[in-house]
Amino acid sequence: MSGVTVSAKVNGDAVQYVCPPNESLMDVLRNRLNLTGVKEGCGTGDCGACSVTLDDRLVCSCLVLGAEAEGRSIGTVEGISQDGELHPLQTAFIDHAALQCGICTPGFLVAAKSLLGRNPNPSEEEIRYALAGNLCRCTGYDKIVRAVQSAAKVMRKQKKS
Amino acid sequence: MRFESPTTTKAAASMLASESGAAHVLAGGTDLLVRMKMGMVEPDLVLDIKRIETMKVLKVAAGGVHIGGAVPAVELGESERLRSLWPGVVEAANLIGSDQIQGRCTVVGNLCNASPAADSVPALIAAGAKALIVGPKGKRRVGVEKVVLGPGKTSLGRDEFIEAVVLPARAGKSADAYLRFTPRTEMDIAVVSAAVNLTLSRGVVTAAKVVLGAVAPTAVVVPAAARAIIGTKLDDAALEKMAKACRAACNPIDDKRGTVEYRTKVAGVLGRRAALVAFERAGGSK
Repeated sequence: MSGVTVSAKVNGDAVQYVCPPNESLMDVLRNRLNLTGVKEGCGTGDCGACSVTLDDRLVCSCLVLGAEAEGRSIGTVEGISQDGELHPLQTAFIDHAALQCGICTPGFLVAAKSLLGRNPNPSEEEIRYALAGNLCRCTGYDKIVRAVQSAAKVMRKQKKS
Repeated sequence: MRFESPTTTKAAASMLASESGAAHVLAGGTDLLVRMKMGMVEPDLVLDIKRIETMKVLKVAAGGVHIGGAVPAVELGESERLRSLWPGVVEAANLIGSDQIQGRCTVVGNLCNASPAADSVPALIAAGAKALIVGPKGKRRVGVEKVVLGPGKTSLGRDEFIEAVVLPARAGKSADAYLRFTPRTEMDIAVVSAAVNLTLSRGVVTAAKVVLGAVAPTAVVVPAAARAIIGTKLDDAALEKMAKACRAACNPIDDKRGTVEYRTKVAGVLGRRAALVAFERAGGSK
């Protein structure tokens, strides 16, 4: 099986990699680009732990081939903080103790950021629907929902000022 | 395995035709990559059709709608025009999986995956959608109901793929609706589903199509259910007759999601409710 050479952007930086044609984008990000914030939960698109954005669309990176990413822009949890400053979502997850084991957290952060980009003021129901593709076996979700609501509030204030 | 991403349908068709091994078309990949991971398929060629510009086109007009084979389901919901013309098709497509899946999955992929529980398929059939099939000998157009033959089986030749599905011109006072039953509110597969597309004239149903999902090896068109509501304003007697026709059309399996009896009963309930939703959307009142 010959490798595929791919040029893409990850968190704004140009990257190049060679991967087997059947390798998932998740494995490329974790094993070739050392972005281990991308987690493998199920590997079949059910749990959302491997969530990334692909040209600004939220996707499960386990259901994308590395070869498909040619010319595309990928966003991972590693790109969420800016200049060493935590993103309001990250701060809110800490403040609300919205994580225990932490495996699902990067996926939740990427999915929640994608939601707030589309809808800066989601209702609790909208948050729960938007995050239905992210599974957490520890928290029972309530703390995650509160954290997203609180971050949304902070982000709306930041936007105003 | 080889990975190819042609930029024209012609190139894609000739790559499929010349592949002697197992060739698989990759659109959203939300089914194919899972099957590859599980070892259920071992492709020699994966053909990514997302670099074909014409397949990324979503064109929405009252005179007809063109949904390219590479258009992710999320884009359907983002089109206000499509939501108002074909609300049932949009709600069906948007029920497939999570936001993560929506960003990738396509209605053409949903059709070609040929699951009896596919959400968008009953709605497409009720809408009278046609599949635009590309092969080495050119293009052909067939009704969506003729594509799926059984679980995982389609009528496509091994060198054919679907470029787009096309919805017909919309008559005035028409609307559609899709309902599905799942034990959970999200991230589940239909136990039973129902799509209804209807047209009204002076408040009376003049045309209707009723399609059930997940109650037989393929989606089932139920002409008797449509006949039961045509010429009525969905009075209780017409709705009961319709529900009875829906139940009679069921040939479901028993599995962990539901028994034969349960699926049969719920098919009648969902058929009736979907008709009421479509009726109201079309401007009808009882």
